[in-house]
Amino acid sequence: MKLKGNAWKFGADIDTDAIIPARYLNTSEPSELAKHCMEDSKQPDFIKKMGRGDIIVADKNFGCGSSREHAPIAIKAAGVSCVVAKTFARIFYRNSFNMGLPIFECPEAVDGISQGDAIEVDAENGVIKNLTTNRTYQAAHIPPFMQELIAAGGLMEWVKRKVA
Amino acid sequence: MPMTITEKILAFHCGKKEVAPGELINAKVDVVLANDITAPISIKEFRRAGAKKVFDKTRIVLVPDHFTPNKDIASAEQSKLLREFAKEHGLTNYFEVGRMGIEHALLPEQGLAVSGDVIVGADSHTCTYGGLGAFATGVGSTDVAAAMITGEIWFKVPESIKFVYYGKLRKWVSGKDLILHTIGDIGVDGALYKAMEFTGETIDKMDMSGRLTMANMAIEAGGKNGIIAPDDVTKAYESGRAKRRPKFYKSDRKAVYAEVREYDCSKLEPQVACPHLPENTRGVSELSHINIHQSVIGSCTNGRIEDLRIAAKVLKGRKVHPDVRMIIIPATQAIYKQAMKEGLFNIFLDAQAAVSTPTCGPCLGGHMGILAKGERSIATTNRNFVGRMGHPESEVYLANPAIAAASAVLGRIGTPDELK
Repeated sequence: MKLKGNAWKFGADIDTDAIIPARYLNTSEPSELAKHCMEDSKQPDFIKKMGRGDIIVADKNFGCGSSREHAPIAIKAAGVSCVVAKTFARIFYRNSFNMGLPIFECPEAVDGISQGDAIEVDAENGVIKNLTTNRTYQAAHIPPFMQELIAAGGLMEWVKRKVA
Repeated sequence: MPMTITEKILAFHCGKKEVAPGELINAKVDVVLANDITAPISIKEFRRAGAKKVFDKTRIVLVPDHFTPNKDIASAEQSKLLREFAKEHGLTNYFEVGRMGIEHALLPEQGLAVSGDVIVGADSHTCTYGGLGAFATGVGSTDVAAAMITGEIWFKVPESIKFVYYGKLRKWVSGKDLILHTIGDIGVDGALYKAMEFTGETIDKMDMSGRLTMANMAIEAGGKNGIIAPDDVTKAYESGRAKRRPKFYKSDRKAVYAEVREYDCSKLEPQVACPHLPENTRGVSELSHINIHQSVIGSCTNGRIEDLRIAAKVLKGRKVHPDVRMIIIPATQAIYKQAMKEGLFNIFLDAQAAVSTPTCGPCLGGHMGILAKGERSIATTNRNFVGRMGHPESEVYLANPAIAAASAVLGRIGTPDELK
């Protein structure tokens, strides 16, 4: 699957409170959460200006802080096709795989992508193309077990098969 | 093969003699935990998977603590979901308002989390139970849903970093200051994906309250878990409290660590983490020019009885500064009652502080002390991200209870030694 959109650049240590502030956690409805996606980040109007399929490109430790799955849910429901970062915080990384938000670890791509660049990501092999600069990057290999989870359609599907 | 305490606990729970960092395992869990914010998604996923029952109704703990007592209709609906799910499945550990507490203060207190356990919770501060010598880590709601069904969870065995603390702590310095200093040293991703093992003579002498505070904030350095080997202090704490038999593990002398870091604590002054990351730590003496509008003592980090006693010691016979609102939140009903019995509430109320029923409340900007634009709070909580306690242009400074109490009186950041 090819994921295509424009890049939105964010800095290091984007925490889950920036992605979806706790004041909106009195619901877990994806469309409600999406309305406030990245509201407390340095680009508070992200949700108003982004287009469907756009890609979040961030520095190190994206998604640090709370375990709230509302964070990847808000990003996915906003219409973001994937997140590329130098590194991800542990729980956010797990949550994204579990609920089906494609994420890619690739420091070189992050350094080589600017705000607004047109990006194409091949979800199968992790090849990230910057169509604006015509540069190509390879994301870190997804561990085999995580690939198994993706192939099964997320953690719950994998569990269902296991207990069936 | 020599192993760390984390590796030993994980090996036991996946039925292996030994495990090594990087290995993928399926571990049995002793406790699965969720709260009023995270459990609704878990329950939805549980039902969507077509599951009929939980793996063990005594090992699933649901605690509505974040937006409770329900702050609005939407929050009430979320709590209702938990209540109904608990009833439907006969869960023995559902804690209603009036019987509850902030989850990570409640579980150790009630003896539901014990040494040697593997505990997963849909709350990042689940790592708190490492203070008892358990492997405990935060996961998402979907992970919790899967664990509620299967009683198992997959992990990559983490590498461990060993932190060695030595030297006698100065007055007003506590576990909170050690962990803030450590996070300041290694950064908010300094222990990403790794186990943080806290050791050394300073830890040996530390009470359980301080140990739980340290393990609680392992996540603030990106750690998978924080852990302290259980000892006589642990044994005394768990005696008469543990609902299951604690199991004591310790790291082998030749266990392998990714890194070892040593800290001389004898010179350390109380630490304060400045906005907007817990790694922005400074010595309190550098911050005496910072005025505050609010002081919060509470949370899963520092809402235990020991924390309230320190606050009372500082506030006794004094008044909160006219420009400051002080909010004190005992973390559980039992702590609340104990504080009342010891007369701490008289001291707090005479000082003109507000005392709240247990709730996570202001720590995550939920309710009970939200900041307006441009306002600043000192707090014994665990995070100071942008907007964490309210308006995106408000600020949170993290500190220990003595500093938060003294600052409330001074109207600016300072220590009890500066009080008249």
